[in-house]
Amino acid sequence: MSAKPEATRDAYGRALLALGEMRPDVVVLDADLSKSTKTAGFAAKYPERFFNIGIAEADLMGTACGLALAGLKPFASTFAIFATGRAYDQVRNSITYPRLPVVIAATHAGLTVGPDGGSHQSIEDIALMRVLPGMQVWVPADGEEAYQMILAAAEVTSGPVYVRLGRQPVPRVVPPDYIFTPGKACVLGEAAPVAIIACGVMVEASLQAARLLKERGIKCQVVNMSSIKPLDTALLASVAEKSELIVTVEEHLVAGGLGSACAEALAAGKSRPPQIMIGVEDCFGQSGEPQELLAAYELTAEHIAARIERAPSR
Amino acid sequence: MNTVLLREKAQLLRRLIMLSIAEAGSGHPGGSLSLAEIMSYLYFFQAKLHASDPTWPERDRIILSKGHAAPVLYAALAARGYMAEEETLTLRKLGSRLQGHPDMRKLPGVEMSTGSLGQGLSVANGLALGLRLQGLPNKVYAVLGDGELQEGQVWEAAMTAAHYRLSNLTAIVDYNGLQIDGHTSAVKRVEPLAEKWQSFGWQTVTVDGHSFTDLYRGFHTERDNGPLVVIARTVKGKGVDYMEGVADWHGKAPSLEQARQYVLTLGGNVDVS
Repeated sequence: MSAKPEATRDAYGRALLALGEMRPDVVVLDADLSKSTKTAGFAAKYPERFFNIGIAEADLMGTACGLALAGLKPFASTFAIFATGRAYDQVRNSITYPRLPVVIAATHAGLTVGPDGGSHQSIEDIALMRVLPGMQVWVPADGEEAYQMILAAAEVTSGPVYVRLGRQPVPRVVPPDYIFTPGKACVLGEAAPVAIIACGVMVEASLQAARLLKERGIKCQVVNMSSIKPLDTALLASVAEKSELIVTVEEHLVAGGLGSACAEALAAGKSRPPQIMIGVEDCFGQSGEPQELLAAYELTAEHIAARIERAPSR
Repeated sequence: MNTVLLREKAQLLRRLIMLSIAEAGSGHPGGSLSLAEIMSYLYFFQAKLHASDPTWPERDRIILSKGHAAPVLYAALAARGYMAEEETLTLRKLGSRLQGHPDMRKLPGVEMSTGSLGQGLSVANGLALGLRLQGLPNKVYAVLGDGELQEGQVWEAAMTAAHYRLSNLTAIVDYNGLQIDGHTSAVKRVEPLAEKWQSFGWQTVTVDGHSFTDLYRGFHTERDNGPLVVIARTVKGKGVDYMEGVADWHGKAPSLEQARQYVLTLGGNVDVS
């Protein structure tokens, strides 16, 4: 846990450089945001394998498809809001419908984009990507996990992967011996009456909430559910069996995201504890500093702890 | 180039288009028929292909961006030997490899799943970039509709192709002047076409899309180290007198009787075989 904080987008840039060296078939596309998405390092080192498509996200996704059809391994990057919203039909019909192995590595997801405001804060991207048949959806909790995910995404040949990356540095939360596996969640801590299932930057906040609650006599287990699709339904079922309360936490709308995915998986389960779904309620974001926004939308460790403390079912 | 053979193939494509759409009871005859010569030219002369090996690495790639013209693509694939002609009669039926719009995962020979308009040129660009990056000589052909040019992504892609000087890419515009709601000039004007493409950095040539010698001239236009667009003037519904130039036949199926009658007037056999 001593590693210094790193934004998952920076880890993406790092992983691309590694892939550039290891995988001559890896190509990277961007839509005029390469300095922000951190594809610029790859672009500088492997200019012949980098394609700036300009401010044209629909064309970005379509071009990535063609590169995949030519037998290459494309990573298409822009902000999450544009990758999943602006280019939704291209992602659906040109990438996902024909199951092309394009990696959509989208940065600046969630409220923690900050001052750019609600127009640029993607709080619905997990929902939009998760419903597409065959699309994998991964949300790293820290730089190390993001780095591993990008290397893992390069190995996927069966279809597309959506990787949700953030702008802000996050402290390391995955264990020292951690290895990311699609469809596998990572349990942080012992089984406890309260299971907090989180993804992305909310894993760190959830760990903090668990520490706060421990001091107040409430034991929580935190699960890093970074592979939202495929979801680790086996682990989810076993956690549900052992706990009295499930809490899902995400920097995303409550509708359609991690919490929904867990609720769908648990709905038919025999032992189904109540679930509190923490996320952005039915509203858009706004300008503000990342920490101010997390506080304003009640997504800080203190807010998570308070929601659990006052849960009637606990 | 054998124009007699290409003419025969174009008429075969028309026969298969009419019968398959009639059998399906729905589909898009107008914009399929207008492409009969262009697809005959591409599949029987211009493109390097092996029907027995649909994924032959050295093949040229044809992307039908105007995916609703799937019947002419299936007809061309059948005529070229990718499948039996009878299979075209499964068009749009449950479990068929011949989906209402082309599905590359269902039918070998279909290079890209298309149907949502405006997306094929971007894909063709990516293919051209990817082939060039690997030092491969394969050519890429993207077939677009003129109504499709109202989609903004086409122009994003037009800029990309010119910027990256994709000399291994040729776009073909099926310039039939009609779309579902009527004349393209009335719905939303796409003219001046050649000037638009030129100003986007493309080499352009306008041809008669029903003349093989003119198509030959168009495809062999000398290039200035960049992409070429062949603007093919065509007649929607070409070859079926009551469909020619009638927007209503964009997405309406002929009856089985109409299809049979058409095939008989060609002197053909109504039984596909």
